[in-house]
Amino acid sequence: MMLKATNIIKNFGALQVLKGVHMEIRQGEVVAVIGKSGSGKSTLLRCLNNLEKVDGGSIRINGQMLVENGVYAPAKDLRNICLNMGYVFQNFNLFPHMSVLKNLTEAQCCVLKREKEQAENYARELLKKVGLAEKEKAYPCQLSGGQQQRVAIARALAMDPEILCFDEPTSALDPLLTQEVLTVIRALSQEKRTMLVVTHEMNFAREVADRVVFMEEGVIVAEGTPQEVFENERVKAFSGGN
Amino acid sequence: MEVFLEQFPVVVNALNEGFVQTLKLFFVTLLGGIPLGLVITFGSMSHFKPLSAFTRLIVWIVRGSPLMIQLLIIYYFPGLVLKTPIWGGGEAGRFLAASVAFIFNYACYFSEIYRGGIQGIPKGQDEAGFVLGMTKVQVFFRVKLLQVIKAIVPPMSNEIITLVKDTSLSRIIALQEIIWAGQAFMKGSHGISGAIWPLFFTAVYYLVFSGLLSLLLGKLEKKLNYYQ
Repeated sequence: MMLKATNIIKNFGALQVLKGVHMEIRQGEVVAVIGKSGSGKSTLLRCLNNLEKVDGGSIRINGQMLVENGVYAPAKDLRNICLNMGYVFQNFNLFPHMSVLKNLTEAQCCVLKREKEQAENYARELLKKVGLAEKEKAYPCQLSGGQQQRVAIARALAMDPEILCFDEPTSALDPLLTQEVLTVIRALSQEKRTMLVVTHEMNFAREVADRVVFMEEGVIVAEGTPQEVFENERVKAFSGGN
Repeated sequence: MEVFLEQFPVVVNALNEGFVQTLKLFFVTLLGGIPLGLVITFGSMSHFKPLSAFTRLIVWIVRGSPLMIQLLIIYYFPGLVLKTPIWGGGEAGRFLAASVAFIFNYACYFSEIYRGGIQGIPKGQDEAGFVLGMTKVQVFFRVKLLQVIKAIVPPMSNEIITLVKDTSLSRIIALQEIIWAGQAFMKGSHGISGAIWPLFFTAVYYLVFSGLLSLLLGKLEKKLNYYQ
């Protein structure tokens, strides 16, 4: 099991946004999380990546306990455990003052201690993969949203994560740009990468995911193969019968 | 006219001497105020409540009262009230006291500019660094610092230009800067007395110097504009 989360509880003040969520991801599996805005799906993803602290429950990533019954691993271990996870933001969050190439090499050098040349070669290989080989010298502000998101995906891949997480990766993009990003994610799924995708793109979830998780008000209400989940009455009501 | 031409080189020499003192105070203030401002920023942004409350109180007092009063208090208080003069006598003592007052005053203004700059960087930048495995320190220096610098250059330029002219406040404790040097020609100095034009003429020095600074700071701003 690549990732196992049990009984995750998360409160924002008096509001409980995750009410005991269980989730498992196997190696090579693509899991899509769908649900309304406010259903807790993004919060769940943020908790799994240690961007939010849980108030209860356990998370085990690649055999290491990130948090056990609400108690976190020692601070010095947290970063190493989370290096198993890659994260792609809705708003890309590229570093605006660095070239595309530098965006991809900075953490490789200062976190993984790779040599500059090795990091750059790997970065170029990844840029080629996301179709932006010719943009390495550009700055983020010179790129379209779709291109920025592809750079962000390459930046996450550069750290060789075991699980790649996407937080609504196309929500800030128009339909045309959405397609170019989805094409990249689709290609990654064909490489049998382990991925966790929070998305509003129902057709995409149906097509790419091995398993779909449907959340509502902080709990998982349906889970299974896309066929099974999209047959669920509540999911149908949510997705408009698609 | 003939008198003026005779006086001019004498006056310019004296004003130059005063302006050196002005420039010294200006650069010492920047040299001390820019790093001290950062220390004050960390104090006012501290999660330790008593420290941040105390720092903000100090910043309020310093920004809320006239620099001229601060100069007078810092210069005269130890000697006249505590009877323990700490600044030493003469021009060197006045310069030391003026430097302390200016550095502290400007550091407080700088600290608020830094705070605004740091807090203005979107949270997503921290998060992007964290998910790539960077430490807090790495995120600050590698991801945020340059973005903060870019954001604070315009307001810092403003303060720096203001500082050029604020140095003249040190006239109140008789620091022999350029205003003092110009004013001296009214009472009598270098064999000239009753002349007010040298005092007016000091404005040219301020104008030229702040003009040069504006150009330089404008260039820096442009240089940092390589990204949006």
